[in-house]
Amino acid sequence: MVHRFPSSKVSGGFLDQIFVWTKQQVLSVFTDAPEWVVQIVSSLINIAAVLGTFLTLFALISVLERKILGRIQNRYGPNRVGPFGLFQPVADGIKMLIKEDIVPFRADQVVHFLAPIMMVLPAILALGVIPYGRNMTAFAIDGGILFFFAVGSMTELAVFMAGWGSNNKFSMLGAMRAIAQMVSYELPLIITVLPVVMIVGSLSPDAIVAAQGGYAHGLVPRWFVFTPWGGAAFILFFISGLVESNRTPFDVPEGESEIVAGHMTEYSGFKYATFFMAEYFGMFAISGLAVTLFLGGWHAPIRFLEVVPSYVWFFAKLSALLFVFIWIRGTLPRTRVDQVMNFAWKFVLPMAFTCIISAAVWHYQAHGLAGWLGSFAVVAVVYLSLSYVLDTRKKFAPRVYRFAE
Amino acid sequence: MTLALTHFLIVSAALFSIGLLAALSRRHAIFILIGVELMLAAANLNFVAFWRFGPASAQPTGVMVAIFAIAIAAAEAAVGLALVIAVYRHYRTTNVDELNSMRG
Amino acid sequence: MSHAAFIAIAVLTLAAALAAASLSKLIHAALCLALVFIGVAAFYFLLGAEFVGLVQVFVYVGAVAVLIVFTILLTRRESERPAPFKWGGAIVAVAVFVSLLWTILKTSTLPAVAPAVTPLTVKHIGDSLMTAYVWPLQCVGLILTAALIGSLVLVIEEKP
Repeated sequence: MVHRFPSSKVSGGFLDQIFVWTKQQVLSVFTDAPEWVVQIVSSLINIAAVLGTFLTLFALISVLERKILGRIQNRYGPNRVGPFGLFQPVADGIKMLIKEDIVPFRADQVVHFLAPIMMVLPAILALGVIPYGRNMTAFAIDGGILFFFAVGSMTELAVFMAGWGSNNKFSMLGAMRAIAQMVSYELPLIITVLPVVMIVGSLSPDAIVAAQGGYAHGLVPRWFVFTPWGGAAFILFFISGLVESNRTPFDVPEGESEIVAGHMTEYSGFKYATFFMAEYFGMFAISGLAVTLFLGGWHAPIRFLEVVPSYVWFFAKLSALLFVFIWIRGTLPRTRVDQVMNFAWKFVLPMAFTCIISAAVWHYQAHGLAGWLGSFAVVAVVYLSLSYVLDTRKKFAPRVYRFAE
Repeated sequence: MTLALTHFLIVSAALFSIGLLAALSRRHAIFILIGVELMLAAANLNFVAFWRFGPASAQPTGVMVAIFAIAIAAAEAAVGLALVIAVYRHYRTTNVDELNSMRG
Repeated sequence: MSHAAFIAIAVLTLAAALAAASLSKLIHAALCLALVFIGVAAFYFLLGAEFVGLVQVFVYVGAVAVLIVFTILLTRRESERPAPFKWGGAIVAVAVFVSLLWTILKTSTLPAVAPAVTPLTVKHIGDSLMTAYVWPLQCVGLILTAALIGSLVLVIEEKP
């Protein structure tokens, strides 16, 4: 059910389809083999491609993040290993591999061991359903979006296993915080996807990307982010994604000034590296889904740029989103736990529901200018009234510094 | 030999019996709830299996029943676990054998 | 091919179910229960009901299993005193299994071969939910709302 030979609907140029073509060449070796062998080989190729791509990206971003953070904080960042410090991930990897693996004496051995694996598994699975280019979806199923969230929801259990298995109060507290905020933000995350699913009428990522093809008036791409409901939903989705991947400013579960490292406190060596990898893979998955849902997937922003292969566009958009992740991390301070929760239930969730209504207005005005203005009005009214209602009217006195005389 | 309905029914029956075992022989309230969930999963498996092997119809009735059962089971689990917490707060125990103040 | 998959999933699911029913540590039992749910979801995939499998993983592993482990966490104090095993339950369970097995194997009218049906798409399920099953859907919505309010009322701390 996984593999499909896209030869019938190849429409891009040769460079665009080079990976698809390569896979077909490999598969043509197995023409005499039974069907299930071909299926397994095809799946293995897909898995290897996705894993290889994202492991490389992970190595790259782990050094780029430190370089960018260094730039933001007015320092150099890693620049010792290799040219521009590019071989830093290799050094990090070797360091992580040869570190001692410490398991606490009173830890729940099995659960402690399984937690990092359970953590990285859903992130990798979720990466499978995202279309990376024309005819380039590793695991194309009808309910791809649902699959993404179904495996994504397994992460909560993994976080719990890590917190419980470590038998450490900081781990448990961190896990409780992480689960609380993941459950709270999973709701807006899913509800902001609903308008897109409603408009497209399909849960398949390929269909959603296909619906965003073409250009309005031959100029503006028909990406959902350019509609009022899509823009609002994209921002809400991105905020929820920040929380789901435990990134600053919502990294209270692992706030080192309060609870050491949250659920990862008792992990060291390669297991810690696995957690680190799971976190980044989760970030890739959320960003990839955001690109697919709102930023037009692999479609080019301008018509004459369509000669550039589709996967280049996808990864360009993905890198832009990842840069914003890093930028936010370098800029914003950490929020408090109660602020995170209040923000979720009082602001993000009502706004997410508003996006659904706004999308309905847009849809029933036949996607025209009236619909655009109407749905913008819905979002604006709810936004303004929410900010009026939630305004605490607290007057903050100017900060005074007192020094010892 | 291809997969027949019988195979699925046997697995489902085994799952149901294991759930029954958990519900009847364990004394911890949460274990009883786990047993009930196992039995529900077995019933759902039966519904979907009968849908797959039954005559084709316009409405996928078996699948629909399974979806509704999953939704109801979520509500059941939430209320059941809330009850467990409420009972624990009051009696400081989750052992169902010790909750015997109504015994005549 | 699907035969091997069936055997693998069946062994995994039943072993996890046995573990969930018999392990002494509650938290291990809850995690095994999550494994059972994943196994049952795999059965749904095997039967061609992908949507039900995904919903199963989503609702059970993502929500019910998390609820159960949270409840275990909140009711932890008096802990796993090994209770005497109740043999009565085991006997009843085995009796039920044997009678079910006997009934299944005795019935000769069960279809052996699955009829060729068109793959069940999400769109088809959505259409059914909005047409033939719209009243059950509304009732489920009502029940879920009631369960939400009810469980909140049950666990909310009473102000002294």
